[in-house]
Amino acid sequence: MSTRTLEWIVERVLLLCALLSVLTTAGIIGVLAVETFAFLRVVPVLDFLTGTEWTPLFSSQKFGVLPLIAGTMLVSAIAMVVALPMGLLSAVYLSEYAPNNLRRVVKPILEILAGVPTVVYGYFALTFVTPMLQQVFPTLSGFNALSPGLVMGLMIMPLVSSLSEDAMQAVPRGLREGSYALGATRMQTALKVVVPAAFSGITAAFILAVSRAIGETMIVAIAAGQQPRLTGNPFVPIETMTAYIVQVSLGDTPQGTIEYRTIFAVGMLLFVMTFGLNLISTWLRERFREEYA
Amino acid sequence: MRKHADRLFQALSMATLIIALAALGVLIFDIVKDGGSRLSWQFLTNIASRNADEAGVYHALMGSIWVILITAALSLPIGVAAAIYLEEYGTRSRVARFIELNIANLAAVPSIIYGLLGLGLFVRIMAMGQSVMAGASTLALLALPVVILSTREALRTVPSTIREGSYALGATKWQTIWNQVLPMALPGILTGLILALSRAIGETAPLIAIGALTYIPFAPDGIWSKFTVLPIQIFNWVSRPQPEFKVNAAAAILVLLVLLLTMNAVAVVVRDRFQSRGRG
Repeated sequence: MSTRTLEWIVERVLLLCALLSVLTTAGIIGVLAVETFAFLRVVPVLDFLTGTEWTPLFSSQKFGVLPLIAGTMLVSAIAMVVALPMGLLSAVYLSEYAPNNLRRVVKPILEILAGVPTVVYGYFALTFVTPMLQQVFPTLSGFNALSPGLVMGLMIMPLVSSLSEDAMQAVPRGLREGSYALGATRMQTALKVVVPAAFSGITAAFILAVSRAIGETMIVAIAAGQQPRLTGNPFVPIETMTAYIVQVSLGDTPQGTIEYRTIFAVGMLLFVMTFGLNLISTWLRERFREEYA
Repeated sequence: MRKHADRLFQALSMATLIIALAALGVLIFDIVKDGGSRLSWQFLTNIASRNADEAGVYHALMGSIWVILITAALSLPIGVAAAIYLEEYGTRSRVARFIELNIANLAAVPSIIYGLLGLGLFVRIMAMGQSVMAGASTLALLALPVVILSTREALRTVPSTIREGSYALGATKWQTIWNQVLPMALPGILTGLILALSRAIGETAPLIAIGALTYIPFAPDGIWSKFTVLPIQIFNWVSRPQPEFKVNAAAAILVLLVLLLTMNAVAVVVRDRFQSRGRG
């Protein structure tokens, strides 16, 4: 075999491996779509998307996904209340105030916080945070949206912090120096110059954080309960889309039944929501990169 | 006045950081307090049991090791090949741009969605059943975006003079990559792989979705064997109402954290050796 043929073959093989990632996306969409269409042949799409009762595992089956969406949104919202301000403030601190050696110590610790397996956070939420909160709020149920929401916020905060900090670091020094030259303090420079200049990068980080919260599974599967409920009350048990998929996967629901197909329909919804958010986030980041290229 | 506001703001932003770090401390302290006394040699060598005192994690630890080794074997060659294509061949082509965008988005797809893909594709269509192979294939797809991204970074650190020197001696593109670029980038690639695997080893949701069982009283004996892993065993124990099982869960978490710490330490050692060699 001539060298040229070999080179040609190698390049094609490498391309094939790179294309595997595209196949993965296609595979996800394919697998989810096939079962979702089978599901929608039985349950009309409007009933699925606008129904307010979700009881596929009961004898009187109802397939309204809104309670699961509400549960997901509630926990994610609580997580964002923690993760966004904390992440942004710590990014401002690390980027604008912290001396270099402190940054070198803190950043790896934040990475550890982000790298703790989610099942561990679930344990922490259920056995530590919930009992602690119950001393403050005696009406808090053993399973609830509040505790996993707070813990999830803690888990996502390093992501927000590190991406926001990257965005702030990309803001040219000249902008800061101009601001200082006009007599601004560091806070004024950070809040009125650096953060606005890094705005699209920070927004990209926030959106990615929301996407992460929506898709997070084990914390809510352990600590939020298994009761699909259309409520905004963070004190009572609820169920998220992800936790429902786990609940069904744990039982032995036979393949081909409508109960089995519900997890793919819910998965499809989850995929569309997170993929949409990811696309927006990527687009914002690209735009941000162009601003300072 | 402005100075005061600045001080206050600095204190506030520093406080958020301290709260986050303190929370990590509390988390670790809480788990050590709950599970530390339960750790013993028996806990590591016993298998699952309906009796909390006799239960151990041997089967789950072995399952985790099996799954992670196969995941590495699958994701390393494919991830490195994909990264080489994107970094050395396809740069700037439209196909490469599309693949890059796709990988960036895949990296943020929730892991449970990969579980549903694994259930539909590996368990059902490819009829792997709920085997180590099906679990590892699922986790390999999950790890691929991370392996690809870190490999690309490692390839980028190889100076272009190395490539030019190799071309000047008459080597072809692939000879240059295989003989010069890859050996130089290898420590960086391995560091990235270990970090990707340390994320995969903590994954629970995708393996539950493919149907890995929560009660398996034996260690896997091959890639087609049924299996469970440490995170699933932890989830199983956490979900039980009896407090004795919660203690077991905490102890199993400690085992998992030690495993993670070891992997990260190996990654750091590999990275340090790489850096000192690059300088010398």
